[in-house]
Amino acid sequence: MENIAFQGLIGLSLAMYLWLISAGLTIIFGVLGIVNFAHGSLFMVGAYLAYTCYGPMGLPFPVAILLSLLGTGLLGFVMERGFLSRIYGIDEAYQLLLTFGFILILDDAVKMIWGGVFKIPPIPAFLDGAVPVFGRFFPVYNLFVIAVGLLVAVVLWLVFEKTWWGRIVRATAADREMAGAIGVNVPRVFSGVFVVGAMLAALGGAIGIPVRVVAPGIGAAMIIQAFIITVIGGLGNLKGAFVSSLIVGILSAYGTLFFPVFELFFIFVIMAVVLLVRPQGLFTR
Amino acid sequence: MTDLLRIEDATKRFGDFVAINGVSLALPAGRLTAIIGPNGAGKTTLINLATGAFVPDRGEMYFKGDEITHLPVHQRVRKGLSRSFQVMNIFAHLSVLQNILVPVLAMRGRAGFPFHEMTRETEAVTEARRILREIRLPDAENLPAGTLSHGDQRLLELGIAIAPAPELCFLDEPSSGLTPVERTMVMELIRRLSTERRTTFVIVEHDMDVVFALADWIVVMNRGQVLIEGPPAEIRENHAVREVYLGEEELLA
Amino acid sequence: MSPAPDRLSPQITTLIVLLVVALFLLPWVAGRYPVYLAMQILILAVFSLGFNLLLGYTGLLSFGQAGFFAVGAYACAKILLAVPNLILGIAGGVACAGVAALLLGILSVRHTRIYFAMLTLAFGMMIYSIAWKWRDFTGGDDGLVGIPRAPLEIPGIVSVSVAAMDRYYYVVLVLSLLAILAMYRLIRSPLGLTLQAIRESDTRAEFAGVPVRKYRLIAFTVAGLYAGLAGALLPPLENTVTPPIAHWSTSAEPVLATLLGGVHSFAGPIVGAFLFFVIKDVIVRFTEYWLIWFGIIVVALVIGFPGGVMSIFARRHRRVVQHPDDADHMHKVQ
Repeated sequence: MENIAFQGLIGLSLAMYLWLISAGLTIIFGVLGIVNFAHGSLFMVGAYLAYTCYGPMGLPFPVAILLSLLGTGLLGFVMERGFLSRIYGIDEAYQLLLTFGFILILDDAVKMIWGGVFKIPPIPAFLDGAVPVFGRFFPVYNLFVIAVGLLVAVVLWLVFEKTWWGRIVRATAADREMAGAIGVNVPRVFSGVFVVGAMLAALGGAIGIPVRVVAPGIGAAMIIQAFIITVIGGLGNLKGAFVSSLIVGILSAYGTLFFPVFELFFIFVIMAVVLLVRPQGLFTR
Repeated sequence: MTDLLRIEDATKRFGDFVAINGVSLALPAGRLTAIIGPNGAGKTTLINLATGAFVPDRGEMYFKGDEITHLPVHQRVRKGLSRSFQVMNIFAHLSVLQNILVPVLAMRGRAGFPFHEMTRETEAVTEARRILREIRLPDAENLPAGTLSHGDQRLLELGIAIAPAPELCFLDEPSSGLTPVERTMVMELIRRLSTERRTTFVIVEHDMDVVFALADWIVVMNRGQVLIEGPPAEIRENHAVREVYLGEEELLA
Repeated sequence: MSPAPDRLSPQITTLIVLLVVALFLLPWVAGRYPVYLAMQILILAVFSLGFNLLLGYTGLLSFGQAGFFAVGAYACAKILLAVPNLILGIAGGVACAGVAALLLGILSVRHTRIYFAMLTLAFGMMIYSIAWKWRDFTGGDDGLVGIPRAPLEIPGIVSVSVAAMDRYYYVVLVLSLLAILAMYRLIRSPLGLTLQAIRESDTRAEFAGVPVRKYRLIAFTVAGLYAGLAGALLPPLENTVTPPIAHWSTSAEPVLATLLGGVHSFAGPIVGAFLFFVIKDVIVRFTEYWLIWFGIIVVALVIGFPGGVMSIFARRHRRVVQHPDDADHMHKVQ
């Protein structure tokens, strides 16, 4: 019994990485109407930047994360302003293809800069150690990840529901032409949302570096999981993304425990079934 | 006159909004009907229900006596029920001739034929060319449809709608965006087609000159319901119509 | 698609004839490597032609084509390992991929646009995870090995050995040319026109009497058959099949080839398959990072020339007939 509860806690921390990357993906879709295939690559770039700042450069962990967010945010800005903004309004097949081109560029660029080797820097001292939970020792770092994920969820909720900026973004998501007509600077909202989405992905990548593998393939692995989560939660639905991150994170923690062989297959079956039966997602009315 | 299309007590909701509220309507063969009413009265929704784009929440529809309430769009077209669109909806990157060939081939059950070239579909091509002559676009047959002038695109829209040789054809604002000259031409065309082809037209129209010049019968809609229907002379004199509809027209102008 | 001229111009016809003759003479004049490369190009060309029937002609972007490619490859490999008969292997591979495409297509064509892309991605990855995890049947991550380049055989009547690379090349060449020819006819047939009408406006096509979903399913199945043929030609060439061919990044190859050559010309995917391997071949001489260059090319093409290389070519040739936006057919007007 303790074992099951403990595994659930592991799953919860896993869910937070998934939540951070899916949050950005689903916000970008909700507002810009673009499925950003390269979102996993932004997660990966965030991880590598944080690694460089924290590992070889020896900067403090929080500074490293901050610099990673800024760097990836800048990259997102260039992608949106320089490229995506030129093809809004054309067939979305081409938007998918463009972000697909970014995957190829970013994945190889990362290999060129950092090499193809796995990298794991040490856990920062103030987050090291473990606390007794359910009769076993649970790493403090995982608690930190859970805290960050929940904090981001609360902040996003406050921003979208309670602030002027959130209302502007929601208005743009609902009807960009109407928003433009009432004086919203739609291109600026698009850029802002894309940059925030990129930074969320980078945050997910960055806080994972001391405990997860930093390697060129993580982008491709993450984007597929993020797709599954955003589809289950409903494309563009932030709350749905949070709930389905929890579900997928915790289920895969148990999945590796109980039925490892067909875990991957069943996850895609769930994705396909949701798309067929409730394409708007499980959590959209 | 026999009823070509009969709509019985149809209701269509979008969320809380009742777009069509218990409409019953009979459209006899050979009578050119115009549906008028202010914006949001439910005219286009009524076309969408009749042609199968939406399924009504309640009510039934009969075409030539057969129930068609749940029949898919393409099967209604095969039965002789077609339409044009308010917003231009043509195959922009296909040639003008190809635009007409698509419905002609579909009606002949040849649309799925995979193994010989179009040029060997001589009967279909001949028929398509005849339709192009009818809509006065025979010289444009090899141009990409998207390069035509707005007026010619409206004509092509009409051409695609009549290409399945429908018995009943809904035209959604056929004169919108046309110059006065083009409008006269479209009106003549509709009148001529309804006599020569024996197609029964139902038009949704904002332009009252067009409506009173063409229609044998006028249906006035308001707030998802049929307010009144009758011959043009009667509608023109009706006070309720003046208040609801013509009043709004002045407001718009 | 432009209102195509009814006949190919004499220059183009001559060019095609010369190309085909050159392809047939290739094993006599070139070494092993060019012959091997030519087979890779032909296989990718067939794969891409099917993909482009969906994207360029029907307006559906599938990210799951690698799944059907893999079904073709694995089915062919399993058959060849059991019964060493190439005709059976390839026919079986194509048939299995076609059935898989038909069944998954029935579900996939319920959606269009992004939801269609996501659904095909999910189905493709399901096939991938089967290839990866069903060890007893697929060999897991080791894949299937020792697949024979079996003879073309009709039992009791004839048996032709194609074990030599040069001989197998002719199998690939003839089947690819037949597939290209069949697609060429299909595009110019009433079915091809109907599919293009669906791409232009599915509502209009439906109201013109076209059962749109049925025709999307036909296109999806044909694309699956082409992916299956391409996949089935691979195991006898490489003698192995491994799960990565089912991964979505394999679906990227026909996407890249089609984008390179051009979405809206018949020859686009074929030219693109050629360019794909030539560019890759050149780049890998200088650096192992060849994908980044394809990424840059993809971005440049999408931003600058959505019509691909063939559109530049076509524009020069067709000044007379005005094509306001040959380069951006996909851009919805309304």
